[in-house]
Amino acid sequence: MSLVRRLARAREAGILVMLVLFSLVVGLIEPRFLSGETVRIVLLAIPLIMVAAMGEMMVLLARHVDLSIGSILGFSAIAAGMVFRDHPEWPLFIGFAVAILSGAALGFVNGLIVTLFRLPSIIVTLGTLSLYRGLLFILSGSKQIDPNDIPEPIIRMAQTSPFGIPWIVIIAFGVALATWLFLTFTQVGRQIYAIGSNPGAAPLRGIRVVPVTILVFTLSGALAGLAGIIYAARFGYVNPGITGVGFEFTVIAAVVIGGVSINGGIGSVAGTMLGVLFLGAVQVALPILGVSGFWQNAIYGGIILIALVIDRTVRAGGIRGLLARGTA
Amino acid sequence: MSTPGTGPLVAARGISKSFGGVEVLRNVDLDLAVGEIHALLGENGAGKSTFAKILAGVHRPTQGTISLAGSPVEIGSPIDAQRLGITLIHQEPLSFPDLSVAENLVIGQAGGAPLKRVRWSELAENGKRLMSLLGVAIDVRQPMRGLSIADQQMVEIARALASDSRLIIMDEPTAALTPKEVEMLFVIARRLRAEGRTIVFISHRLEEVRAICDRVTIFRDGEKIETAPTASLSDADIIRRMIGRPLGEFIHRGTSHVGAVALSVSGLTLPGRFENISFDVRKGEIVGLGGLVGAGRTDVARAIFGVAPAASGSIAVNGKPVAIREPTDAIANGIAFVPEDRAIAGIFRTLSVESNITAAVPDRIAPHGLIRRAAEKAIGLEQVRKLRIRLASLRQPIGELSGGNQQKAILARWLLSEPEILILDEPTRGIDIGVKAEFYEMIGDLAAAGRAILLISSELPELLALSNRILVMCEGRLTAEIPRAEATQEAIMQAAVPRSGVHSHSAGAAA
Repeated sequence: MSLVRRLARAREAGILVMLVLFSLVVGLIEPRFLSGETVRIVLLAIPLIMVAAMGEMMVLLARHVDLSIGSILGFSAIAAGMVFRDHPEWPLFIGFAVAILSGAALGFVNGLIVTLFRLPSIIVTLGTLSLYRGLLFILSGSKQIDPNDIPEPIIRMAQTSPFGIPWIVIIAFGVALATWLFLTFTQVGRQIYAIGSNPGAAPLRGIRVVPVTILVFTLSGALAGLAGIIYAARFGYVNPGITGVGFEFTVIAAVVIGGVSINGGIGSVAGTMLGVLFLGAVQVALPILGVSGFWQNAIYGGIILIALVIDRTVRAGGIRGLLARGTA
Repeated sequence: MSTPGTGPLVAARGISKSFGGVEVLRNVDLDLAVGEIHALLGENGAGKSTFAKILAGVHRPTQGTISLAGSPVEIGSPIDAQRLGITLIHQEPLSFPDLSVAENLVIGQAGGAPLKRVRWSELAENGKRLMSLLGVAIDVRQPMRGLSIADQQMVEIARALASDSRLIIMDEPTAALTPKEVEMLFVIARRLRAEGRTIVFISHRLEEVRAICDRVTIFRDGEKIETAPTASLSDADIIRRMIGRPLGEFIHRGTSHVGAVALSVSGLTLPGRFENISFDVRKGEIVGLGGLVGAGRTDVARAIFGVAPAASGSIAVNGKPVAIREPTDAIANGIAFVPEDRAIAGIFRTLSVESNITAAVPDRIAPHGLIRRAAEKAIGLEQVRKLRIRLASLRQPIGELSGGNQQKAILARWLLSEPEILILDEPTRGIDIGVKAEFYEMIGDLAAAGRAILLISSELPELLALSNRILVMCEGRLTAEIPRAEATQEAIMQAAVPRSGVHSHSAGAAA
């Protein structure tokens, strides 16, 4: 098979085509969309989604879903913000550690409940979405972390770095690279694909489904926690009632648009990155086109549905192609 | 690997197993020799699969010990089994469709640390090596999705070789294979035996057991009845031990009451599936439809029932031409179809037995649009008694019943709609021998009551025992019509096996 044909077959190609077409169409209507400034804004908009999307992708690959990441993000951001506010004398990495570890702990609880009681993750994480949000109100006393409580170096992460690219962008791409290495080159990474591909067969093939599933939820939580720091850096405040609310929908949308199957087993880091980029581009394009913010959710929803329909159609064709080749 | 003659590879002693208080295996002693192919036989539920799963670490025995090559072992999980060199090949291969063949060969293999690096080039090399060992041409980089069942099984066998298994257990490996694929599987099984590996072969097909197995062990009701060299037992001996009673010869009721033509198809064609199919089925007659898997028999049945209508040709019921575009048209014309694949096309798995039975007669249980529980229950009970369906409760989900009893319930459903024409597609596949005999009797009774029956079956003895006439299909065409008196297994196979242009086409004249 030639390289071109193989590329054309890849699921990622379709998303790339969508992204390019979308940019061209918006650029035709409003030429200032196709500028270096847009690229900069998009790059700043996506790290938050990208970091959490890597975790959500792994959860989907294992044929689960994590709806609680928005609440985990809020919880971790509040916890880290309180460390920054109440102990300004502590080194900054303690805030990072608090965010990532608290996220990991909450994700671990998700995984534990799902595996221990064999409950569907969509219901479990719907429950913890509410539970964790409630806990974060209790933890914060319903008080916001104000901009002047967040240390200067954290805010600067969203602006620059020694390399000219803001730290949060570097972190996001670093997380994506690490996820790719993990999923492609470790035994446990392949086992995540295997579990999602055929959950019934996995234990009979000697895959330890319970620890791997718990690990996946823990990683998702930890990455949502890291996203909490990125949130604080980018927006300069953390509000118990706002931070991370509805975030899970944006992330799941990005992952699904990126070609990750909700039935598990199919999906790639490259696809997820493209999905995130696409959502980021849409996010930036809407105000440039003068579309009201009220439309944003409706448009996201429409894009998800279109992505699912395209995916299903392409895959049906793919299977027919396979069968035809088999009998030829 | 131990050398032959130093004792058995596996020595199981006093193996018992209970599930929730129900004993499914009782005190089984069994030796498996090095380098033999050993058949486990028994009706469904006799305990042979449970025993195999205990060897493979899927279940743990409630009691008993297992020694491997002389030393006692604990097989606590599939991983343990793999480490000990035991591989179970499931009836429906357990693969990961989204992973490549090469990955499927090694994933979950014992001893891999979670963070151990996956080396893709080594993986592909390893896969190619194993495929060439088996002499099969499967591209190991392609995903499992899209491989035929036979190829998937080859991958499973390759996986057993990858972990250098000494004991390979095959649970009904031939159920979904074509005769050619079965032959290929046997060639490989014999080669594995020659290498000193032990193979456990679970099958319902006695001729396959004869073709390949050195010894057989027969299970019945959770107990081991006997282990003996295959050659020392006749088929009748084996069947008697399996069912614990002599199998009553099915007595055919003769053809005296065959009446007018009930179903007549002529020139039925669906390009790529079947061509110019013409035949009649008369009232009170059982017409067998034989042929190899893939010959197009099921497609013809689906066309008659309107699932996938033919492109051209005509169908007449009781002499009147009818248009059948979808199954409701067929049902309205008194045609019923019991499909081949119960799980996909036959049952509503999670619904109760009574709902399944009454599904085809909504008017009788819900005269005014509302279901009357009493009517549903009464009809359900009557059918359960009539067809001797074994169940715990009418309200039990049908998925919990054994295959044979599910099949009876589906038959009951269609009998309730009082069809004049009944199409049965492989009605006894995967059913215990004991229940089979009941089925044969029932089918005979249905014909005797004046129904026209089209029976599709891949089991030649079944076709011969039941049919008044046997039609044979090969590659989408009718290649023979054999009257009962002249029907032999040889005659059917002659017509069923594709050869270049020697088929005598005798069936067209029947219309």
